Amino acid sequence: MSRREVLAPGGFGNNGAVTDEPLVLGIETSCDETGVGIVRGKTLLADAIASSVDEHVRFGGVVPEVASRAHLEAMVPTVERACAEAGVRLADVDAIAVTSGPGLTGALLVGVAAAKALTLALDRPLYGVNHLAAHVAVDQLEHGPLPQPCVALLVSGGHSSLLLVEDVSAGVHALGSTIDDAAGEAFDKVARLLGFPFPGGPHIDDSARSGDRAYVDFPRGLTSGRDMQRHRFDFSFSGLKTAVARWVEARERDGEPVPVADVAASFQEAVCDILTRKAIDACRTRGVEHLLIGGGVAANSRLRALAEDRAATAGIAVRVPRPELCTDNGAMVAALGAELVARGRAPSELDLAVNSSMSVTTVVA
Amino acid sequence: MLLLAFDTATPAVTAALHDGERVVAAATSVDARRHGELLAPAIATVLRDAGADRRDVTAIAVGVGPGPFTGLRVGLVTARTLAAALGVPVHGVCTLDAIAAAVSEPVELAVATDARRKEVYWARYRRHDASYHRVQGPAVSRPEDLARELTAALPVLGRGALLYADVLTHQPGPLDPDAAVLAEAVVRGEIELLAAEPLYLRRPDVSVPGPRKPAL
Ligand SMILES: Nc1ncnc2c1ncn2[C@@H]1O[C@H](COP(=O)(O)OP(=O)(O)OP(=O)(O)O)[C@@H](O)[C@H]1O
Repeated sequence: MSRREVLAPGGFGNNGAVTDEPLVLGIETSCDETGVGIVRGKTLLADAIASSVDEHVRFGGVVPEVASRAHLEAMVPTVERACAEAGVRLADVDAIAVTSGPGLTGALLVGVAAAKALTLALDRPLYGVNHLAAHVAVDQLEHGPLPQPCVALLVSGGHSSLLLVEDVSAGVHALGSTIDDAAGEAFDKVARLLGFPFPGGPHIDDSARSGDRAYVDFPRGLTSGRDMQRHRFDFSFSGLKTAVARWVEARERDGEPVPVADVAASFQEAVCDILTRKAIDACRTRGVEHLLIGGGVAANSRLRALAEDRAATAGIAVRVPRPELCTDNGAMVAALGAELVARGRAPSELDLAVNSSMSVTTVVA
Repeated sequence: MLLLAFDTATPAVTAALHDGERVVAAATSVDARRHGELLAPAIATVLRDAGADRRDVTAIAVGVGPGPFTGLRVGLVTARTLAAALGVPVHGVCTLDAIAAAVSEPVELAVATDARRKEVYWARYRRHDASYHRVQGPAVSRPEDLARELTAALPVLGRGALLYADVLTHQPGPLDPDAAVLAEAVVRGEIELLAAEPLYLRRPDVSVPGPRKPAL
């Protein structure tokens, strides 16, 4: 492994040398995954994850205190696993990056405290970064430097946003976001309705493969006349979720069986139609030729297919990182950290606070 | 030797360095909501004040509670991560024991800290061989129940006793742990060493959602 040393721009590497390929360790604890990733510049070296999702299944959602306790137990083992996977020693690390928001406060605090401990122990700079910007930056590990500018569609259990990204190390501009449920949340709620375990997104995806996408024409929130003026790039999924619930209840009331695969396919089609339509529209109106899709829902097979299809027609290139990099992980935080170091951005202070509702416009706290 | 000690299980964020002879630096601030912000700078401060390098640290001692979960975890994850990165051992100390270690009388006393939700974390102690030994607890109780448990108006040290001085016999003295005292007690072998595991004493608050009404 060679480290390319350049003059400027670049951050401080290990021996004080300036480098654009820094070795960065990233920590992610904003929700229920304890993620520790290690990258060298844009090269992924390790992506260690411990998930507490199994402990949350019976509660039908993430329980913050359960997640926080699991982060504490998983932290040191996950850091050690990441170092072993990457074949590096902690002492070799040039900088530490950590998600400092948005997310669950108690969960974020565990990761940030661990990152500060590493900063103290290694005497290296600390970068408290935005979780959403990290979801964007992770694509650099798979597809190389981000096209500038690009539109990013981030869809997960906690977020649904359309972002305009000129330079991910400098700032992200919010075009729109959900006004109620996140896309992944809608998947999870509808999955529960259809009898699938938490998290239900992947089950809907599977079930929908054998279903008829046109079986029910579910409503597409915020896509018609008036709404398009006020909420052109915003999303709304709670009406859709309610429509699915009403439809299922009506069937049950009539004593008829519920065609689960068809409902799953029709619901999924509505979500993917809304997401891709708005994302392509955002690219067009902004004159942007690159669309990046990230977040857990980006693993959805129909979303990927429909986005590819529509983007091709519109002459837009789509980038979707592989599923492990789309869901929450430490590598994405390390990827953003490496970009910040390489661009010479100022690190965070040791009194860095977590911010559960950090705005997307903040990249480093 | 150089022992780094800290505790975040009460509103106090307290850190100290002990060189085996004496406490060489200490820093304490009280802010129940900013443990995550205050602890790392406090550690950096004691290292700087002592003119010590982080690599000089030979052991870590951390208060393991009981205490409010979020702050408690900040101390524990910091201790475990520092210990792993520096390659030094980490010891746990019951936070209530550390509060008791700050006084030398009376022979029998209890310590209580604020557990929020109108409850206190507490333990009971008896002094012999020049230090306090925990004879009951740690536990979490409503102050009225604790008062009933502690017969003959046993003096109670700590913020929990001050907060509920109407039912508990508050013993004037330290309200929160002091890392300097904690470090001294560890160095002298006058306090029980535990694993660096959190003493939560309460299960997470969770409710299992009921089944959806109309079953499929
Ligand atoms: N194939 C899929 N189709 C639809 N949804 C999916 C699929 N795979 C995962 N999901 C959904 O993605 C979400 C998980 O996303 P992610 O791993 O990014 O975690 P998160 O905690 O929701 O993330 P964030 O903290 O970024 O909001 C869940 O709601 C899950 O149902």
